[in-house]
Amino acid sequence: MSFVLVQVIVGGLLLGAVYALFSSGLTLVWGMMNIVNFAHGDFVMLGMYVAYVVYTLMGGGPLLGAPLATLVLATVGVVVYFALIRDIMKGPMLAQILGTFGLALLLRYSVFWWFGANFLSMPQDIVGGTYAFAGLRIEASRLLAGVVALLVTLGLHLLLTRTSLGSKMLAVAEDQTGAQLMGIRPDTMQAVAWAIAAGATGLAGALIANFFYIVPTVGETLGIVAFVTVSLGGFGSVPGALVAGLMIGVIESLSGYLIGAIYKDIVVYVLFLLFLWFRPQGLMGKT
Amino acid sequence: MTLKHVTGLLCAAAMSLALASGARAEDKVVKIGVILPMSGGTASIGAHAKAAIEVAMDIINNAHPELGNLPLAKNAGLAGLGGARIEAVFADNQGNPATGQNQALRLITEEKVAAVFGSYQSGVTLTSSAIAEKYGIPFLNSESVAANLTERGFKWFFRTTPIATDFAKAYVDFLADMKAAGAKTDAIALVHDNTEYGTSVANTISTAFKDKGQPVALDVAYPVNATDVQGQVLQLKDKKPDVIIMISYTSDAILFAKTMQSLDYKPAILLADDAGYSDPSFIKAVGKISQGVFNRSSWAVGPSGSPTAIIAEMYKKKSGEEMDDTVGRQMQGFFVLADAIDRAGSTEPAKIQAALKATDLKPEQLMMGYKGVKFDDKGQNVLASGLIIQLQDGENYTAVWPKANAAKAPVLPYKGW
Repeated sequence: MSFVLVQVIVGGLLLGAVYALFSSGLTLVWGMMNIVNFAHGDFVMLGMYVAYVVYTLMGGGPLLGAPLATLVLATVGVVVYFALIRDIMKGPMLAQILGTFGLALLLRYSVFWWFGANFLSMPQDIVGGTYAFAGLRIEASRLLAGVVALLVTLGLHLLLTRTSLGSKMLAVAEDQTGAQLMGIRPDTMQAVAWAIAAGATGLAGALIANFFYIVPTVGETLGIVAFVTVSLGGFGSVPGALVAGLMIGVIESLSGYLIGAIYKDIVVYVLFLLFLWFRPQGLMGKT
Repeated sequence: MTLKHVTGLLCAAAMSLALASGARAEDKVVKIGVILPMSGGTASIGAHAKAAIEVAMDIINNAHPELGNLPLAKNAGLAGLGGARIEAVFADNQGNPATGQNQALRLITEEKVAAVFGSYQSGVTLTSSAIAEKYGIPFLNSESVAANLTERGFKWFFRTTPIATDFAKAYVDFLADMKAAGAKTDAIALVHDNTEYGTSVANTISTAFKDKGQPVALDVAYPVNATDVQGQVLQLKDKKPDVIIMISYTSDAILFAKTMQSLDYKPAILLADDAGYSDPSFIKAVGKISQGVFNRSSWAVGPSGSPTAIIAEMYKKKSGEEMDDTVGRQMQGFFVLADAIDRAGSTEPAKIQAALKATDLKPEQLMMGYKGVKFDDKGQNVLASGLIIQLQDGENYTAVWPKANAAKAPVLPYKGW
């Protein structure tokens, strides 16, 4: 195997980890309440701007920016749940789709109005620059995002399967009325789910901001990848999103390098459709 | 009639006169439809362009004698239409050819604009100008460089900017000069996105080099607004071309700069085809890690107190940004259109078309470094020209080629960071 190929695969894995990181929130919300959040990409964007503001106003790096972005977005998640989601969940499917889509535009153009349309960027070496060993080059900022992606996925998985909070959330997802009879408040659980999902998304945004450009429309670019990752991994499955993210990252990198970048989306989507043909529930989704 | 009555009457007469003249000035507004990417991935370009057009309107609609020979600057409004004011009706194309087409239709049929101006992306200009052609409304384009736009036999399409064929020739000559100066320029790689702009400019450049007996060694195409370009940079790192020519919008230009640094790759010569590399937000975001990148331009700020310096100052006040080549070409195009309407003395489409055809502006009447503005039968400005600039310090572009117009000598190799 040529040396460059190793770098391509490593790059693909790190990219895939990032895809997984910003997809986990989307899959969680779907698993909990069957809502596809079209504003998801714009939550990532908000996380990026929080990190940017933390950096420019307070000179803080990701150590400060990432927790703050998590906190701010968790709050946004709760507000969005009570102000919008709780009501549109009772409406028809179309209301849910258009509701979150409207939210996406609202967020995007509010940021647009406040920050302007200019591309912003964090300094390239905000997280320790680039590690080079044995000829391989790995950006510290991408490595950080990759490691956090693994931790977040593991954490969310444990939360859902090993804690009483997780059991309560799953109970609500399974049968709202039943859960209510057992003394679990669906409202609270779903608000918590939104807080966790949005918080994880904000964290993803803050970490991606270290190596990507920041612009109000960035959610458009990243949002689509999140949807593909989540449906390949299986709607509602957090570990599924991780595996799917890694797969997409590596396939994209390899096909982009070997066949050509303009064909990489064709490769990814053909494999994606073929896969769903045989396994419509995704890698780890429930039927 | 008492004195009181007389004064009352006089007052009323004066007021109605004032009102009437007010109403007359109000009547005389020439609407121009301006289609720009105000949202979407190139929204930063649209925001800058809007500020530039507003400055151009200020210059046209108000008296600016300090701007010397610039047509329409001296007095307020269009003299040819009794001092009528120009009013731009802005429309958002979202960077999408279909949206641009709808906006052109709306501007022409609902807003009843006298002419259409736009639409930045070559792909959007392609569709929106077809609507203007269908309705027989003049369309002026100032910044789309895809060569085929003026090859469609259109009667109502006029373009002031130098185009891909002009620049392709400049790149060939520039690299030949660099080679004569001792640089290695044998293997050339083209990196471009898959939009109308990216593919057609890449084609034009690749043909120009082929005609010189030096076919392009590597063609790297990528989808616009990419999430990742590591594969492309590694491909370049693998093949080691001497020269890379970048044809990219802002988002991808920034991503390439960041990825090239993280993978530690620099070619000997990095030459960019305007677009993203002229966006001030590119320079702010990654200028410091793109030191020494070459770019094309027709804009030079000039000595302080000169008309160009004054315009740059006005633009900076309006937008908070430094003037760049793209907004300069847009302002210049808007002036050319306004000048034609002024000479037409009418908002009738056929008269504006005739006036555009008769346009013959000299270099001293322009704010851009063109040799003049004069349209051929296809509507292309045959006197458009430009030069090569270099981002030597990572903050400001300096003219470096051709020698006659150069402020500094080109610095090789590409420094990066």
